[in-house]
Amino acid sequence: MERNPLRRQLQLMRKSLFDQGYLDEQFVQLEELQDDTNPNFVEEVVTLYYRDSARLVLNIEQALERKPYNFHKLDAYMHQFKGSSSSIGAKKVKAESTLFREYCKSGNGEGCMRCFQQLKKEYATLRKKLEAYFQVARQAGPMETACRPK
Amino acid sequence: MTVEQIVSETKDQFPIGMRVLAVDDDPTCLLLLETLLRRCQYHVTTTSQAITALKMLRENKNKFDLVISDVHMPDMDGFKLLELVGLEMDLPVIMLSANGDTKLVMKGITHGACDYLLKPVRIEELKNIWQHVVRRKKFDRKVRSNSDSQDKPHADSGEAAGIGKADNNVKINKKRKDQNEDEDEDLDENGHDNDDPSAQKKPRVVWSVELHRKFVAAVNQLGIEKAVPKKILELMNVEKLTRENVASHLQKFRLYLKRISCVANQQANMAAAVGTADSSYLRMGSLNGLGNFHALSGTDQLHNAAFRSFPPSGVLGRLNTPAGLGIRGLPSPGTIQLGHVQNSGHSSNDQSKLQSFIPGNHNTNILQGMPMSLDLDQLQNNKGVSHIGELPAANSTAVFPVSGSLIDSRIAGFSNNPLLGVTSNSLMLEGSSQQANLHASNLRDGVSAVGFQNGNTLSNFASIDPVSSQLRDSKADLQGQAAPINCNAGPMIRSVPPQEWNAPRKDAPYQSHLMSSSVNSSIPVNGAMVQLDQCLDRNNSIFHRTMDSDSIGPLNFVDPLSIKHGEGLNSAAMEPPVIEKEGYLMYQLRPHGNHIPDNIGSLEDLASAMMK
Repeated sequence: MERNPLRRQLQLMRKSLFDQGYLDEQFVQLEELQDDTNPNFVEEVVTLYYRDSARLVLNIEQALERKPYNFHKLDAYMHQFKGSSSSIGAKKVKAESTLFREYCKSGNGEGCMRCFQQLKKEYATLRKKLEAYFQVARQAGPMETACRPK
Repeated sequence: MTVEQIVSETKDQFPIGMRVLAVDDDPTCLLLLETLLRRCQYHVTTTSQAITALKMLRENKNKFDLVISDVHMPDMDGFKLLELVGLEMDLPVIMLSANGDTKLVMKGITHGACDYLLKPVRIEELKNIWQHVVRRKKFDRKVRSNSDSQDKPHADSGEAAGIGKADNNVKINKKRKDQNEDEDEDLDENGHDNDDPSAQKKPRVVWSVELHRKFVAAVNQLGIEKAVPKKILELMNVEKLTRENVASHLQKFRLYLKRISCVANQQANMAAAVGTADSSYLRMGSLNGLGNFHALSGTDQLHNAAFRSFPPSGVLGRLNTPAGLGIRGLPSPGTIQLGHVQNSGHSSNDQSKLQSFIPGNHNTNILQGMPMSLDLDQLQNNKGVSHIGELPAANSTAVFPVSGSLIDSRIAGFSNNPLLGVTSNSLMLEGSSQQANLHASNLRDGVSAVGFQNGNTLSNFASIDPVSSQLRDSKADLQGQAAPINCNAGPMIRSVPPQEWNAPRKDAPYQSHLMSSSVNSSIPVNGAMVQLDQCLDRNNSIFHRTMDSDSIGPLNFVDPLSIKHGEGLNSAAMEPPVIEKEGYLMYQLRPHGNHIPDNIGSLEDLASAMMK
């Protein structure tokens, strides 16, 4: 029925998110937690993530405006951010976070700044993609909870 | 239905319905964790604040079976929460972190975490966490259960405190459902006991300082490996104390020693590195347990003996080495033979085995004033530095890591005390970790073998708990204080030559700290000062229970510590780093009642927690 094309589209979107490296296995874990009693779990978590991490991103940004950089603090913020991001399976964002922390540890201010810009980009891109994904998901109706294609 | 009935019903379906408290400041992770736990069919309560979590736990200790907590939290360090929960409520705690550094994991373990999970957490891992609850229950149960058969297990397990023992016991208590799978039955049978202390058949025994001291003394006398509840009970000769009470306490003690020894080992290494310090510091560094002892080479006595006698946890404080031990004016330079701690002549009665710590020399030299080279044989180079650190006694594991640092700091404190005689008892060696400041200065000065004097020295150190926190504060104080060592008899190594620190007799504070230091006199505290700092840091983490120096007072293991401590203890100055480990201190110290700072969450609480 109508759902099928939407579902198909949804599957494709999902596959592409994984194939392009935006999401990792952790996202699948989230999906597995979604069920009848918790039908919008994935979207809820992602929404919460974006809401909460916005604060962290802002903190980091502000910290990067103060020179000289307080690497310790930056690292701490990023550690938190990384934890959150990894919880939803945001693969690219997580990778950038790791890189950022490396730069912090080595005291590379330039590297931190560059890395952070890249991170923000990935963060924003993922957000858009997920928003689109959820929109289709809502339209497609409840997804099957059968094992998902990996 | 009565509470017990409800509880047991819930337990019937264990692990379904297991009550978990999840703490994480990150809302995304917390939501995820909560959902995962619910999926495992656990009963979940969440909070994003550690303080709230503690409040909830304190309100009703029986409300939860397990706690899962993040490491990095804004209001309280996850490790601190971990320790507090473990001590006060004796609940299993699982740490959670995005950071899987070996060091951090190690830290978690030494603080008592029963597991360490990496974020993002997977459901498979959470499906098994109930094992920690069961393990703990069985463990406890075993100890509590009547069981004459327990003697055997205890004997067999020897040092295998903890699960190992549990396993043994389990086997032995066939009728008690030794199988882990049959938790239901087990729980049913003993669930009440475990879950609802008030429903226990036996009245709870309160392990007062005095009692603990006796316990430690008995353990020291028997030697930690040979310490079986029956014999300990006989030695203690206390009415109305059952073998089970002793067995249970012994178990806890062993666990404590084990934890300490890990730290001690680290410390010891550091201490060793430090080499001879001219100052007589009592390197309370972590006595790596027996290993160190030997290193200390010296006094054998200290070794094993000391450690043995060290009543784990309790022992530290107990070093009560005979009053004589106390800081005898450290006459001769160090040679604090810790080796003997036990006997150091002082073995006075109660003196908990701490005495054993005090190496043979006790009397003398131990605290030699400065540069006391605590020659504790082991110290060898230390010359003066009495390593209060590891008092080998106590099953090596116990090695109370007298956090090298503690020593440093402490030593500083100790040095003041002429008593130092190292009151090995309390070697406050607690390495007040951080006290690095102190350490360096203090120790250098010659932490005169803290309290080694009478051989106690090392023994007193009973795990110089990283009084780190205390030490920190005391840093400054230590210098002047050196006191904590007051322990006349026991207190650890205070013996820091008074010179240095003007020993304010504040020793008391140290004393308490020392307690933990099982200082191996040999720990070359000297030199290690720096190291101690490090150690202390370590210790700190471990022990961060630091009681405020003021509070340290009580920590003194009571006997020895009572000596002098009284005064000193409160003296914040000395910040007896020893207090650390509130929990641990509890054993020994049962603070005199004062001191126990609130921060510590009241040793009493800890003590009672331990006692449970």
